[in-house]
Amino acid sequence: MPAVGTSVVRKDGIGKATGRTKYADDLVFPDMLHGRTIRSTIARGRVTGIRYDFDTTGFTIVDWRDIPAAGRNVVALLEDDQPYLVEQEVLHLAEPIVLLAHADRETLNAATVVIEYEREEPLFDPETSGIILKSLGIDKGNVEAGMLEADVIVEGTYRTGHQEHVYIEPNGVIAVPEEGGIAIHGSIQCPFYVEKALKSLMGDDAYIRVVQTETGGGFGGKEEYPSMISGHATLLALKSGHPVKIIYDRTEDMVATTKRHPSIVRHRTGVMKDGRIVAMDVDIVIDGGAYVTLSPVVISRGGIHAAGPYRCDNTRIRGRAMFTNTPPNGAFRGFGAPQTLFAVEAHIDRVAEALEMDPVDFRELNALRPGDTTATGQILTGDCSALDVLREAVRRTDFRARREALRGTNRGIGLALFYHGAGFTGSGELRLASKAKLALTPTGVRILVSSTEIGQGTRTMHAQIVADSMGIPYEDVEVAQPDTKKVPDSGPTVASRTCMVVGRILQRCATEMRERLGNLTPAEYFARHGALEVLKEHEPPAWIQWNDDTYSGDAYATYAWGCDVAEVEIDRDTYEVRPVKFTAVQEFGKAIHPALAKGQIEGGTAQGLGFALLERVVMRDGGMANASLTNYTIPTTLDTPEMDIVILDNPYEDGPFGAKGLGELPIDGPAPAVINAIRHLAIDVREIPATPEIVYAACASR
Amino acid sequence: MRFTLNGAATEVAAHPMSRLLDVLREECNLTGTKEGCGEGECGACTVLIDGVPVVSCLVPVAQAEGHEVTTIEGLGDDHPLQHHFMNEAGAQCGICTPGMVLVASTIPADASLDDIRVALAGNLCRCTGYEAIYRAIMKAREATA
Repeated sequence: MPAVGTSVVRKDGIGKATGRTKYADDLVFPDMLHGRTIRSTIARGRVTGIRYDFDTTGFTIVDWRDIPAAGRNVVALLEDDQPYLVEQEVLHLAEPIVLLAHADRETLNAATVVIEYEREEPLFDPETSGIILKSLGIDKGNVEAGMLEADVIVEGTYRTGHQEHVYIEPNGVIAVPEEGGIAIHGSIQCPFYVEKALKSLMGDDAYIRVVQTETGGGFGGKEEYPSMISGHATLLALKSGHPVKIIYDRTEDMVATTKRHPSIVRHRTGVMKDGRIVAMDVDIVIDGGAYVTLSPVVISRGGIHAAGPYRCDNTRIRGRAMFTNTPPNGAFRGFGAPQTLFAVEAHIDRVAEALEMDPVDFRELNALRPGDTTATGQILTGDCSALDVLREAVRRTDFRARREALRGTNRGIGLALFYHGAGFTGSGELRLASKAKLALTPTGVRILVSSTEIGQGTRTMHAQIVADSMGIPYEDVEVAQPDTKKVPDSGPTVASRTCMVVGRILQRCATEMRERLGNLTPAEYFARHGALEVLKEHEPPAWIQWNDDTYSGDAYATYAWGCDVAEVEIDRDTYEVRPVKFTAVQEFGKAIHPALAKGQIEGGTAQGLGFALLERVVMRDGGMANASLTNYTIPTTLDTPEMDIVILDNPYEDGPFGAKGLGELPIDGPAPAVINAIRHLAIDVREIPATPEIVYAACASR
Repeated sequence: MRFTLNGAATEVAAHPMSRLLDVLREECNLTGTKEGCGEGECGACTVLIDGVPVVSCLVPVAQAEGHEVTTIEGLGDDHPLQHHFMNEAGAQCGICTPGMVLVASTIPADASLDDIRVALAGNLCRCTGYEAIYRAIMKAREATA
């Protein structure tokens, strides 16, 4: 029986349901110490003194001078600007300065380190900071000529706040001295990112092994920051000679680690009276924080998605990631696209309103179709499903009739149309040159990839693809734990690429393995001939042409498409808006595992509803002031509405069994759908999270 | 300090004000109980005391003295809820799952979906949007009905 397309039992299901699965904090190594990070309490300035106000007996104390001679004080990622430990200059609150380790956690936590500073005036406003981390421009046609031609021009500014990932398992790693170097066991999305960062810390010749332990959620939040924590644990382990465990508590995790970039997006759109869009001018500012980290890639994806899934011959997009003296913002599911898609979809409803057009009619007229070109000039083919998802969502919810029926009540209904590019942008996948490996075992076959299981179902979905490609039972496929000494580098587990890209490499490995086995089962072949391995490298579609300088060409191998419909209810006394019904129609090629795919959509939708309505990071003096789950609220069972999830098939020829990427798509739609539902209540909100304060302000200014 | 842990008489040496969570994980070596926030908001550390869900990060072990404590390990590994959490993908990353399963085990068989929502309101899940968790609980009830 084929495994693909059926909801087979997930490989890691029973371990998780019985509590037997071990996560980073569940591991104990002999003579292990606990580690702790002493951080800056100011946003900008210089360290002038460090005082240890405790009995240091039994403590291991590390500062920047303990960086190995062969290494550098740099967390290697895109730019070499972020140090593991402050030398003198402090650029943001909660920046690591000193590390402590001790065998006893209570003693460790009771230690007091006093840091003295010379303060400088911090920059907190990305619009006025003046320091650009990365800028980009996308140009198509002539935007000013398009504006001159337009009958109506609609302008607007849209804002999104920080968002905290709130994986339920906080960040944590253990560094263990091994082979004269270090082994990291930790809650990690990208083991080879950590390896690269530790090479910069320890020198290229150092022994470094990175093992991913079971990971309690990631959502992008364990993409880059685990490199920092791993470096800290390594420094303490090297100095003490003991294994060192660093597990952040929730407050430290919220204050110190990355968040979604806040954004300010300005739109100016020229339309004809008949509704055709003739010019789109978009300006994006995101707050990068104090170091470059991944901001260039976030503004890139944000910029490419900023014009929305619409045809327009004259488009200008400008994007800037700005420096501020705040903890660096980073990867978060969607990676810039949820911000810019919120802005364009909230704006599109306002454009339709200005023309007195129905929002569905307006979208139907302008939605991208096969043969159309995107803002970067990519010609879409048959894998463009904008109209299909829109029409199904409208039909399914009886949208127009419902909109009429709710008029004048405390309920509103709104929709959002969106798309999400799968895999790395442009030539990124070519540069990554990801690899995957299959190895015969005495009973079947083992998958060796660095793609991590972080809850989304990597192991299960990869095993399904391999089982069907080899024609063997799903149960005969096992998946190795990601360990950089054992698995090839399959690229990071990000960008909705684990199924579409790594799954595709595995499919090619499996096809070749099947040919080499001939008529033998894996077990028979292994018994007769012994071990057999197949390693393959990703081959991106040959037609992809991308120019990094002009930001033009084929930005992504393919796109997934979605249309979300939100029905909300407002409490006219408290100004609280609650989602009451949610419909998500999404096309991502083919669902390898329908139940897991549905889980991605439901979970991404809930996270998107939090982004839209609840999740407000309060920044004070450059740091998160509400860093606890009491004061930063994510959706509970009582905040999530009934969900109707519809999966449309449209197999993509270069994906395994037709699959595209799915992980990020579901978080793009909820925020604009909700804001458009609030607009249906005649409340003009252009900022999220739309907390009661924001909704009240919008009502009061009417 | 003595209490009954998963049906067996247990004695621990911990300070009476130690968090029950730490005692279970570090002295009793039962790591199925997870810490997500340390302030009673996320429910990942939920255990049952005399059959009632509590967040073990806010319970000093002294309060467990003389009572019956049930952790996820106490449900064994063949409980219908565990199978259905697995089959319905009610567990994604799995870190909230032990707490969810324990609370679900206390929900009466005739509870409505709204009752289930209320019962689980103290347990955060960031992966599933809760829908697959409801499906798992519903299926487990059908199976045992």
